[in-house]
Amino acid sequence: MPGVVRRLPEHLTIWVPLLLSAAHLVSFSLWTIWISFTPSTLVPVSGWVGLRNYTAVMATRNWKIAFDNLLLFGSAFVLLSLVAGLVLAILLDQRIRGENALRSIFLYPLAVSFVVTGTVWSWLLNPGLGIQKLVQDLGWTSFRFDWLVDRDMAIWTIVIAAIWQSSGFAMALFLAGLRSVDADLVKAAQIDGAGPIRMYRRVILPTLWPITITVIVIQLQFAISTFDLVRALTNGGPGLATQLPALVVYDLMFQRGLLGRGAAAAVLMLLILLAVLLPYAAWRYLQRRRASHA
Amino acid sequence: MRDRTFAPSRMLIYLVVLLVAVAYLVPLIVVVLNSLRSNEEIAQTSMIGWPLRWAFGNYLTAWSDFCVAQTCAGIRPYMLNSALVTIPATIFSTLLGAVAGYAVSLWRFRGDQWIYGIVTLGIFLPQQMRLLPWTIVLRDMGLMNTLTGLVMIHTIQGLSFTVLFCRNYYVSVPQELIRAARIDGAGFFRIFWRIILPLSPPILVVTVIWQFTHIWNEFLYGVTFTTGQQQPVTAALIALSAAVADIPQNGVQSAAVMIAALPTLLIYLIGGKYFVRGLTAGAVK
Amino acid sequence: MAALSIRTLSKRYANLEVLKGINLDIESGEFTVLVGPSGCGKSTLLNIVAGLDRPSAGTIEIGGRVVNDVEPKDRDIAMVFQSYALYPSMTVRQNITFGMECRHVPKAEQEAALANVARLLQIEPLLGRKPSQLSGGQRQRVAMGRALVRDPLLFLFDEPLSNLDAKLRVEMRMEIKRLHQRIGATIVYVTHDQIEAMTMATRIAVMHHGEVQQFADPDTVYRYPANLFVARFMGSPPMNTMKARLEAEDGGPVVVIGAGRPDEARLRLQGYDAAASFVGRDIVVGIRPECIAEGNRGFSGACGAPVVVNAPVEMVEPTGAETIVLLRLGGESALARIAPDIRPVPGERAAFALDTRRICLFDPETERLIA
Repeated sequence: MPGVVRRLPEHLTIWVPLLLSAAHLVSFSLWTIWISFTPSTLVPVSGWVGLRNYTAVMATRNWKIAFDNLLLFGSAFVLLSLVAGLVLAILLDQRIRGENALRSIFLYPLAVSFVVTGTVWSWLLNPGLGIQKLVQDLGWTSFRFDWLVDRDMAIWTIVIAAIWQSSGFAMALFLAGLRSVDADLVKAAQIDGAGPIRMYRRVILPTLWPITITVIVIQLQFAISTFDLVRALTNGGPGLATQLPALVVYDLMFQRGLLGRGAAAAVLMLLILLAVLLPYAAWRYLQRRRASHA
Repeated sequence: MRDRTFAPSRMLIYLVVLLVAVAYLVPLIVVVLNSLRSNEEIAQTSMIGWPLRWAFGNYLTAWSDFCVAQTCAGIRPYMLNSALVTIPATIFSTLLGAVAGYAVSLWRFRGDQWIYGIVTLGIFLPQQMRLLPWTIVLRDMGLMNTLTGLVMIHTIQGLSFTVLFCRNYYVSVPQELIRAARIDGAGFFRIFWRIILPLSPPILVVTVIWQFTHIWNEFLYGVTFTTGQQQPVTAALIALSAAVADIPQNGVQSAAVMIAALPTLLIYLIGGKYFVRGLTAGAVK
Repeated sequence: MAALSIRTLSKRYANLEVLKGINLDIESGEFTVLVGPSGCGKSTLLNIVAGLDRPSAGTIEIGGRVVNDVEPKDRDIAMVFQSYALYPSMTVRQNITFGMECRHVPKAEQEAALANVARLLQIEPLLGRKPSQLSGGQRQRVAMGRALVRDPLLFLFDEPLSNLDAKLRVEMRMEIKRLHQRIGATIVYVTHDQIEAMTMATRIAVMHHGEVQQFADPDTVYRYPANLFVARFMGSPPMNTMKARLEAEDGGPVVVIGAGRPDEARLRLQGYDAAASFVGRDIVVGIRPECIAEGNRGFSGACGAPVVVNAPVEMVEPTGAETIVLLRLGGESALARIAPDIRPVPGERAAFALDTRRICLFDPETERLIA
């Protein structure tokens, strides 16, 4: 096969990186899944404990709180950033002056690391340093804004910081969607006599729902894997008030040295993610099939 | 241009948009102002305030004198670590991704679509699923607590994004161009070098900005696989917060945060258009 | 010597057979046009000849050498593409010399070849420009320059004119034909446009469903279409094809359209001996629109008076150069091309002269030409 030999350099440059990438994804996933079924603690060991790691993780208060927090944080963050993004996109779509500058302002937090975001918001929300202190210094001494140290409200500080960081992303996608609405459709609706409100409600927004689903899925994916932001903002506290699955995984693996349970928690995270992604993938598949049949 | 008059409804729109814009800017403004106030001034009032005396020295302290984890060399070594990880990993992952994206979009190899599909799954796979295997692999290769190890991780993982970006860009290059070049006698690499690469600046800029921002801002791998003097700046910032919990030094800390955020903010300011394109390109795959 | 020989070539993708046992021999210096509707396999065939696609079976010889396993660059061919496929980042000069650069042709030779081609195509002023700065016609010229500079055994053209507007297409058509006459190159040219095929080709291969339906010079293809598909595909408006019966009268064959109807049309034929075995059977008769004219027209070279029929007119389309009339002939509809100043009234009857010497008869079962 002289052809293959002659083409060896190109085959190597293509396949080595692709195979490394694909192989690490597949083998690392299987590896972590395998560890989750072993009695590994400080070092990985072979052996089989069935689902014991899973039941153990799910029985801990730590995981239960993290899971409940994820449900609350995930739904609040996704819903609010969706609304914020949509409203901002519609407002920016009104041919206003300075649109570019405004768009840049709404998007710049995305360029900043979660560590920086978390640190900065931890200062702003710190009752002794931030907003509460400022307002009290201004004379309103009874003002209280201490969610950061309030066990019931602390999770909302994560929501605030996360929305600040990534509602611009929802805005960018919605704005792109609004800008790609068929101009003839808008003209037809204008001729039919639709006012601006009716135009959005009946004509424009219905074309945005595929983008909406994409935004929801991407934001959920972000919420599920949230780690850095919480590390920098609350480090899971006060107590366990802002614990999230990604923190539980890290804690089990590298602070308590329970590799088997840590791996089980990671696989649980993956399952939560799949519960979001698989319906989405199926939906995309159906959409594409319908499009190709039309 | 159709409506230059300021009807009340348009005034409302401007009011809302400007208020939100201010809200988005407040954290940045607060940090910038604080980085120019002395620690004592902040301690006496709050984090939110105008500098009474400009304390430019905070930046010098943050850059080279600050103490993190028993060493007092400021944030400089950690910035250097981040640069030494981010720049090579960005270059490698972009170049390899461009060649691979070119191969899977414009050439046909047996099984390439399968491999491509698996590689792009990496966009969704949580990092937590790869933490333990990377730990073991790095230890066995003797790369634990080295910048080389982080460069390797970010290069391999970054391929998921870079291959996706480049492939989606190159599929719009007409196949006939490749055919014409093959009849002209150009091979795989010559076509890439002479025909495809000159067409690529837009997507390469998007990819480089995306990779640089993500690798620079990455925290989990940095904190897991490196310690002490080897940590990237994101991990160092967290260590810094922990170190100063007793004696608040918010002025210097703000300066450190600004320095750490500056590279990606600058890139965003310069190449914002391409940054947004990367965001949406990843989303509407 | 055959410049290109294709032997029992077939190509299948999974369950789809795109080419079914193609045999073609193309002589040196010929201008062969592969024509057919989209999806007939003509472009696949061209790509296989170029070596850009592999056949499932069969052989390809270029200049007497089997090239099945030869890389495109080593086949001694040049190709012009539908989208021109000019390298966007290179200047016109670099586009034309890129192939020579790949083959390590010395710089001086490159320059000489470039100058030669640029003069031939009159693109000297464009050499420093990028493709994006060229008009459609200029791009087309540069694409041809890139092919010409190679001086290959075989030129392959893949629908090179279909991206041009109508006026430019006619100009470029003539220019390509002139070029062929001047340099005597062997050309295989793919198009879906039968007018391009008729005007440019020395031989036409009409393709349909992955098979060559007919391979002959343009006059033969037009006058004696091998089957109903070719008859209906070539010509604009296409040949009228009508169900009919063949009868014998005074020892000669007569085509009866709408037999038994009060308005049946009887067309007496001269010659057509090959059709003798079909007397008394159903056939399909084909009449080109230009063989139906106004009633007082005499057809050139005819020895007797033409057959004149009185037929109802359904629709009239004046085009300026002629008038197209849709009429009923024994209940079947047919198009006629009559003189531009004659405008029959729709709904009324008019007299039409038929040139029966150029009628085609087809077997309704096999759809093949009988005579």
